[in-house]
Amino acid sequence: MRGGWQVIIAVASGKGGTGKTTVATSLALSLTTVDERSDAHFSVCSNSLLFLDCDVEEPNAALFLKPTLNQSEDVGILIPKVDPERCNLCGRCAEVCVYHAIAVAGRKVLLFANLCHGCGSCSLNCPQDAIGEMLHTTGSLESGSAGRITFGRGTLNVGEAMAVPIIRQLKARHLAQRDYELTILDASPGTSCPVVETMRGADFVLLVTEPTPFGLHDLHLAVQVARDELGLPLGVVVNRDGLGDFGVDEYCAQEGIPILMRIPLERSIAEALSAGQALVEARPEYRQRFVAVYEHIVRAVAADKESR
Amino acid sequence: MKQLVILSGKGGTGKTSVAAALAHLSSLEMRIVLADADVDAANLELVLQPTRLEQHDFRAGQVAVIEPDLCEPCNRCYEVCRFGAVSAGEPAYQVDPLACEGCASCVYQCPQQAIHCVEQQAGLWFRSDTRFGPLFHAHLFAAQENSGKLVAVVKQQGRLLAEREQRELLLVDGPPGIGCPVISASAGADLALLVTEPTVSGVHDLERILETVRHFRVPALVLINKADINTVHTAGIAAYCRAQGIDLAGKLPYDTVVTEAMVQGQPVTVYRPQTAVAGALREAWANVRTRLHSGTQGWGARR
Repeated sequence: MRGGWQVIIAVASGKGGTGKTTVATSLALSLTTVDERSDAHFSVCSNSLLFLDCDVEEPNAALFLKPTLNQSEDVGILIPKVDPERCNLCGRCAEVCVYHAIAVAGRKVLLFANLCHGCGSCSLNCPQDAIGEMLHTTGSLESGSAGRITFGRGTLNVGEAMAVPIIRQLKARHLAQRDYELTILDASPGTSCPVVETMRGADFVLLVTEPTPFGLHDLHLAVQVARDELGLPLGVVVNRDGLGDFGVDEYCAQEGIPILMRIPLERSIAEALSAGQALVEARPEYRQRFVAVYEHIVRAVAADKESR
Repeated sequence: MKQLVILSGKGGTGKTSVAAALAHLSSLEMRIVLADADVDAANLELVLQPTRLEQHDFRAGQVAVIEPDLCEPCNRCYEVCRFGAVSAGEPAYQVDPLACEGCASCVYQCPQQAIHCVEQQAGLWFRSDTRFGPLFHAHLFAAQENSGKLVAVVKQQGRLLAEREQRELLLVDGPPGIGCPVISASAGADLALLVTEPTVSGVHDLERILETVRHFRVPALVLINKADINTVHTAGIAAYCRAQGIDLAGKLPYDTVVTEAMVQGQPVTVYRPQTAVAGALREAWANVRTRLHSGTQGWGARR
């Protein structure tokens, strides 16, 4: 079980390209690099910070954290494997499969692996015990380290449809293993199943948005998932501040959602990020501000746990 | 009827701003239908300010429900669930509807027959009118499974209307990523316009979305947005595309006027037609049109 000071933060956004990975990677770097003017709290998660890139469709965090990856494994889902000796073509498997991934056609059982969710129901229901299972590889998990950061990521293979099983296995692999002071989960854009899978079990959701109508519209949806569906405490980072209008500020004030940080619209920041520099590398003065965001989150999580 | 899908891999590269501009530019020359296939975060309507004509429920999938009165806590449902959706609760076991994938495995395994599945309303879809043509769009409810089915509905409705009214172009604004919704959005497309940006992430994701459309045999053109943010990466993308045999549709300069236009609810080609970025979008549209033309001889022949 995780103790009171072990925190899991999901960084998400709704809209794509608002700076999730920028914020997630700089938060991680800010909390693990040593400051010469050192304060006590810099050691808080200096040795046990886990970063998981859960945007398995487009995993980009490694471009900024530049980890050494020394472990890799194929992952996927378990799909049925029918033993033709035992199968009597009764069709029970097709009856119980809600995804229409298995069908009996003439003297054969047909399998549509790309429709299968790997639930195992056909195997459990086969009266002849003729259905075993085999791994259908849909992606991979890799892990390693970047400085003091333990790093893990999942990658969905091109042409495969389902991101969720990869995210589920990425989280299970790392979060079951040992306790980290802080875990940062970098989510994919959107508000559907891959984002929910990433946020489940988190203690706090940090939503990154931009002050535009698109940013506001999608922030609204992300709040519905994080706060209303999952009941998680949250905070907002406004990126490219000064770009558009005041809708995001008004919305956050109205909903009582704290804005924890603002990153101004500056061409020089965009240029540094485009070259693969992390925000805190390009602008070391942001380090202190990310530490403050982290401290806010730790307090908010503690308050949330107390209120439950 | 031709089908053009706008994709990017990486989110936030400017798909929807490009889609809005192309909606405007293409509608000057032909009759079009629009479909917003980013049903998770549908933003095209924010720029096109449509009038909603129809609203329909989208029902998809199911979730398991355990009858507390019938449940004799035997743990079987927990054992068979591979999605971590079942938990032991008081007085009965419970299903987390957000985690449940509706496979019904627990329904069949429960010795008490205490579990059944209920159908879910997963979202809404709409038919609307815009100044550039009819728009089909949707709203997937928060935390629902984006299996691509709602994307398919939106596109199918668009295609049916285009065929019925003999419209010449179905313009599809796609979702980010490479998974199910993207695969569904690109199915049957004659051309994919891949909007990228010259950043390390943009380059990485362009490679993956290019592989994806190639996997599904959809021809592609690449449009580099914010091309002057990093000229080294822009040159790198151009070289990469050349090596892959992919043509560039064009390069757009970085200009906050694109965001201003979005705030005003207008395509940038309408809001500030004299700007360099609007000019570059007109060039890009000309290249897209030529490419759609060359694909088949039947282009526009129904007129």
